[in-house]
Amino acid sequence: MAATLPAEPTLSTAKDSVTEPVGGPPERRHNAPWGDALFSLLAHAAAWLTLAILAGIIGSLIVGALPAMREFGISFLWHSDWDPVQDHYGGLAMIYGTLATSFIALLIAVPVSFGIALFLTEMSPSWLKRPLGVAIELLAGVPSIVYGMWGLTVFGPILATWVEQPLQSVFGNVPVLGTLFSGPPVGIGILCAGIILAIMIIPFIASVMRDVFEVTPPMLKESAYGLGSTTWEVVYKVVLPFTKTGVIGGIMLGLGRALGETMAVTFVIGNQSQLSQLTLFNAANTITSVLANEFAEAEGLHRSALLYLALVLFVITFIVLSLAKVLLMRLQRGEGKKS
Amino acid sequence: MSFQPIRLVSVAATTCVLAFSAHAADEVTGAGSSFAAPIYAKWADLYNKATGNKINYQSVGSGAGIKQINAKTVDFGASDMPLKDEELASSGLVQFPTCVGGVVPVINIAGLKPGQLKLTGAILGDIYVGKITKWNDAAITALNPGVALPDAVISTVHRADGSGTSFIFTNYLSKANAEWKAKVGEGTAVNWPANGVGGKGNEGVSQYVQRLPNSIGYVEYAYAKQNKMNYVQLKNQAGSFVEPVEGAFKAAAAGADWSKSYYQVLTDEPGKDSWPITGATFVLLHKVQDKPAQGTAVVKFFDWSFANGDKAAGELDYVTLPEAVKAQIRKTWDSSLKDAAGKAIALK
Repeated sequence: MAATLPAEPTLSTAKDSVTEPVGGPPERRHNAPWGDALFSLLAHAAAWLTLAILAGIIGSLIVGALPAMREFGISFLWHSDWDPVQDHYGGLAMIYGTLATSFIALLIAVPVSFGIALFLTEMSPSWLKRPLGVAIELLAGVPSIVYGMWGLTVFGPILATWVEQPLQSVFGNVPVLGTLFSGPPVGIGILCAGIILAIMIIPFIASVMRDVFEVTPPMLKESAYGLGSTTWEVVYKVVLPFTKTGVIGGIMLGLGRALGETMAVTFVIGNQSQLSQLTLFNAANTITSVLANEFAEAEGLHRSALLYLALVLFVITFIVLSLAKVLLMRLQRGEGKKS
Repeated sequence: MSFQPIRLVSVAATTCVLAFSAHAADEVTGAGSSFAAPIYAKWADLYNKATGNKINYQSVGSGAGIKQINAKTVDFGASDMPLKDEELASSGLVQFPTCVGGVVPVINIAGLKPGQLKLTGAILGDIYVGKITKWNDAAITALNPGVALPDAVISTVHRADGSGTSFIFTNYLSKANAEWKAKVGEGTAVNWPANGVGGKGNEGVSQYVQRLPNSIGYVEYAYAKQNKMNYVQLKNQAGSFVEPVEGAFKAAAAGADWSKSYYQVLTDEPGKDSWPITGATFVLLHKVQDKPAQGTAVVKFFDWSFANGDKAAGELDYVTLPEAVKAQIRKTWDSSLKDAAGKAIALK
């Protein structure tokens, strides 16, 4: 991005007017000849340490999950019965819960964050920019358990009376929507968890989007405005193409948070491992919520199955990141062509 | 909490510190049951003031407590779920109960006072298994003539985390309801039938119960009492309806036959005053003590707590063991704890 910024022209002209210094340059002093070497060593070590930790986590997850992998194999991924008494485990219900809540969260958070960032960079009066920006950053700092408690005690009942019950009474008999909106409308379940997650990730996505929107060179935008573009056209045709890496990065950051969020989800999702109906209102479980709930007291195969789930979450996150990279590469390949 | 016991204890402390000063270096670690953590911490504090000896207890959960005692990283483990005699034998452990706790079904039905609703174990099982779905079901109304029960769907709430509370509760349901036993069974975590929600910890369950109209859940007795939750009466094995009060848990503990084995889940115990969903919390020790001094220190701590800790336990709403059971546990210590050479370790 820095390359596209206009080079600063003032340096070279300023230099010419300075008189040449008398004598040669001062000798470089070698106070600490080992300093550079040490610094380089530390920098290398930090980088390798990260990799080593990553490998260590994957390794210990695989080792821990091995008994469950041997027992259930890959079919763990599409079996949904989770029965600690019979020692039989399948992870589909939790995988579904994780993906469904994160999907709902992104569905809500991306447009809203985009709106926030757009407003802050293009439309907001300058006196409002700072307080609004700070407020969004503050939201990002709220501990997740606060969102969870608020979701359970304040937001859940509101969602139940004003959204879920009306939806059920209106769409209850419509074929597909009816199933989607079936179940007890009590404000605890996948929908509630998804919305709480959306609220939690909006600040992250919005602040990244705002930051990248702001680095769009004004010259580009002004040129587009000068050609008679509307604000929307400027954003859609100039700002977004210019900042797509950052925007997608921000969305991925939010998605990563949504996939891994534990405490708030545990509060509002109802923690029930089942997949009998694909409804938004039923209590469910995510990978992280079941880990938080059951790990402390789990033994033997149960613990191994939980570690298997953790490994699955790791893989899901990895796949999501890879997909984002692929998406970016495809976008970049398309660059310079006519859209 | 009054200051009087503390003053009494501090008087005792000054005398005891002199008497025990030779052993003041004893430091013991234990880990496990989070249910028992508050009382162990309280006892440890009082014991420390009285004798100068330190007890460190880590509230890591029963499962972790069992793991840690097996790995010998702690001097004693604590579990809400008793180990079967075979398991004890194979891992070389002894167990003994320290406190009694109970599980109390709590409800949220508008207009009902605590203790007004009467239920049986079979009905409780039917509700949790999803067979009885409404509060005005014939089975419930037949037990509760004159109580206005709503024509509303019952939401069931259970513990989402693995817990001794769930173990005691599901153990009771398995005894009282054949269908529950066949479909779900017992354990610290089970495959809960559909249409319920799970809360994390006693507070999670209580939050869900308070949040959801027409719900039923179950919590630890102390938790239900301190939060004045809307409990139900249950029919016990003798056929009488009992309220969850301290005496009812004590009655259940007294009714059990501790003489053969400490593997006693105190659910559905005989006795007309017994609360049917009662359970004890246990301490695990290695039979062969590699470091006999540590074993002695653990036993001395619990011996002291059994003698002096009832009042503190009562203040925290724990139910202490009947004296007869305590006497028997003291005998167990004498007979089963050995040092590496096979000699009984000195407990005094």
